[in-house]
Amino acid sequence: MSEAFALSPEFNPAEIEPGPLRPLASARRGERGVIVRVTGVSGAAEAVAAEELERRLLEMGFVEGASIEVLHEGLFGRDPIAVRVDDTRVALRRREAGAVSVKFDGR
Amino acid sequence: MPLDTAIADASASKPAADTARIALVGNPNSGKTALFNALTGSRQKVANYAGVTVERKEGVLTTASGRQMRVLDLPGTYSLRARSPDEAVTRDAVLGRLAGEVAPEALICVADATNLRLVLRLVLELKQVGRPFVLALNMFDIAQRQGLRIDLERLSQEIGAPIVTTVATRKRGLPELLERVEGIIVARGVEPENVWREPTAAEIRAAHAEAQRIFKACVKPPERPDTVTGKIDGVLLHPVAGLAILLTLLFVMFQAVFTWATPVMDGIDAGFAALVAFTNTHLPHGLLTSFIADGLIAGVGSVLVFLPQILILFFFILMLEDSGYMARAAFLMDRIMGGAGLHGRAFIPLLSSFACAIPGIMSTRVIDNREDRLTTILVAPLMTCSARIPVYTLIIGAFIPQKTVGGFLSLQGLVMFGLYASGIVSALLVSFVIRRVFWRGAVEPFMMELPTYRWPEPRNLLINLGTRARIFLARAGRIILPLMVLVWVLSTFPYPPEGATGPAIDYSIAGRVGKFIAPLMAPIGFNWQMTVALIPGMAAREVAVAVLGTVYAVGGEDGETGALSTLLKHQWSLASALSFLAWYVFAPQCLPTLGVVKRETNSWVWPTVMFAYMVSLAYLAAFIVYHAAVAFGLG
Repeated sequence: MSEAFALSPEFNPAEIEPGPLRPLASARRGERGVIVRVTGVSGAAEAVAAEELERRLLEMGFVEGASIEVLHEGLFGRDPIAVRVDDTRVALRRREAGAVSVKFDGR
Repeated sequence: MPLDTAIADASASKPAADTARIALVGNPNSGKTALFNALTGSRQKVANYAGVTVERKEGVLTTASGRQMRVLDLPGTYSLRARSPDEAVTRDAVLGRLAGEVAPEALICVADATNLRLVLRLVLELKQVGRPFVLALNMFDIAQRQGLRIDLERLSQEIGAPIVTTVATRKRGLPELLERVEGIIVARGVEPENVWREPTAAEIRAAHAEAQRIFKACVKPPERPDTVTGKIDGVLLHPVAGLAILLTLLFVMFQAVFTWATPVMDGIDAGFAALVAFTNTHLPHGLLTSFIADGLIAGVGSVLVFLPQILILFFFILMLEDSGYMARAAFLMDRIMGGAGLHGRAFIPLLSSFACAIPGIMSTRVIDNREDRLTTILVAPLMTCSARIPVYTLIIGAFIPQKTVGGFLSLQGLVMFGLYASGIVSALLVSFVIRRVFWRGAVEPFMMELPTYRWPEPRNLLINLGTRARIFLARAGRIILPLMVLVWVLSTFPYPPEGATGPAIDYSIAGRVGKFIAPLMAPIGFNWQMTVALIPGMAAREVAVAVLGTVYAVGGEDGETGALSTLLKHQWSLASALSFLAWYVFAPQCLPTLGVVKRETNSWVWPTVMFAYMVSLAYLAAFIVYHAAVAFGLG
């Protein structure tokens, strides 16, 4: 799925904002969608290399095609977030969630 | 390592030479440790792996056919690709390249039957290693209750390994599991070559897709999926209510640690004091008697006295862990801790440190990142531990009037609260400084699974609690006991000269050092008696109270605090007393803590850093408090 997006000539990140494809970092409680792309680049300074962050995300089930739903948000800055990835519940910070692009269900 | 063998359960007799070795691997929260406990019962031994501070849990079991097996409980992991020292141990043990360990003949991969998706990828990695394994589908009763249908035959074919369904907490499926394990050990021929290597992101994706295919082919989604966890989380992870519940829980935990433990601790204290008195009266007066009574017995007592608090604390921690709440607590606290540059998981170690920094520092193992872990270790002793309470109580009782302020608040209580608060605030400030000035490195990712809620199983809880207690006694005992003996030597030798009038400690090395450094402590308002008390007080903070009793020659070993308190009131100025309190908030008045830091970090660098920064802070704080108090006319 990510391949299709990446290779599509129409694919232009600038055009997608604020369309349905957004980083998981921007998601609000209750939003659902499908993971479209996982990279190691969260947009923030990470203690681990991009490849490492990508692998960690993949190992926790954040993989292209997985369904996702934001279950809970923290009190301060709505951070961290708790999400359901397929059947697994995972907590992560919004900064790392920046590395996960999601096609959210239209509302 | 004599203590290690001493704590090993007597029933864990030396296994025969032909004993098979097996190891348990699996995701966190798969019930791996419950299965380990069910298999080995109390026949467990806990130590460290050679050269690293990762806990090594091994047990012995006997199968129905009479074969003995040694079972290793490896740290939980999602992948053989290690991210923390714990996971590195799992990887190396599975690959058979762990220093000082014999490679296991077979593995048991433990999986939560209701949560197979992620573990299947780990299974695929195990397949690459080529070591024979059995997949234990644990918590199978819950899977059945949910109406989850798993095609076991097909799954077994797909992963190329036998599968056994188990319910560890009810000991179901264990004989069959062992039979299968024996089967693969006996049938084992030449192992296929190990083709495992650290996967790249692309390889993880491919493995995930393969795992997904197997999952879809073998597992029908549950007819009655678990909705309870979602409902509970609706309350416990609520931004406001969740935090309020967490704080309430912490408050209850605190109360329990202090109030439930106090009678037992008093009992232990009294028992050991009686034992010391008995030894002193029934053995001939002399050096040996003094060594046995004041060095050894008092030393053992000073270790054991912490046991009740540690047991209660770990009871709560294990309950929270087994029920699945701990990950939620880390979720709720992450942002608050993160503000001070700490990891969400640092929350439990710091909480534990309110009872005693030693279990607190020991529990920092849950933090993967080295800098995060070291920061937590360094600030843990700033949390007001229970050993500071006797000192605080004595000084507050002597110097702070029993007044009510604002109608209902006791002034003494307020001061006590202030001391606790300054500990917490300074811990947060220090970690902030460490993470923003010294280790400015970027932030470690925070990512953790929120497991399904479960009722903690009492038997499992008891076994784990017993393990914690033995670890504490072995580790702390090995460090605290020699230190207590050292302090005894320092405060005993040399003897006072014939016809000396002052208390014996004045003439000892401790007394002399105290007097020697007294001028150094004068700027912070300490007289030489206070300074002398600090030296034996290094063994444990509360010892200072007894020493003050000795130097002022009131009471005996038991130090009648009533009399001492009155005496101090006339001997010290209020400014000196406040300065003493400020000193105690920060000072590393606890050699056992420094010893545990050495053990946990495997280096003398960190205890030295800790000592240096805490002494500097203590001196600075005491200096400011003393001079401010003098300026306000309290000198």
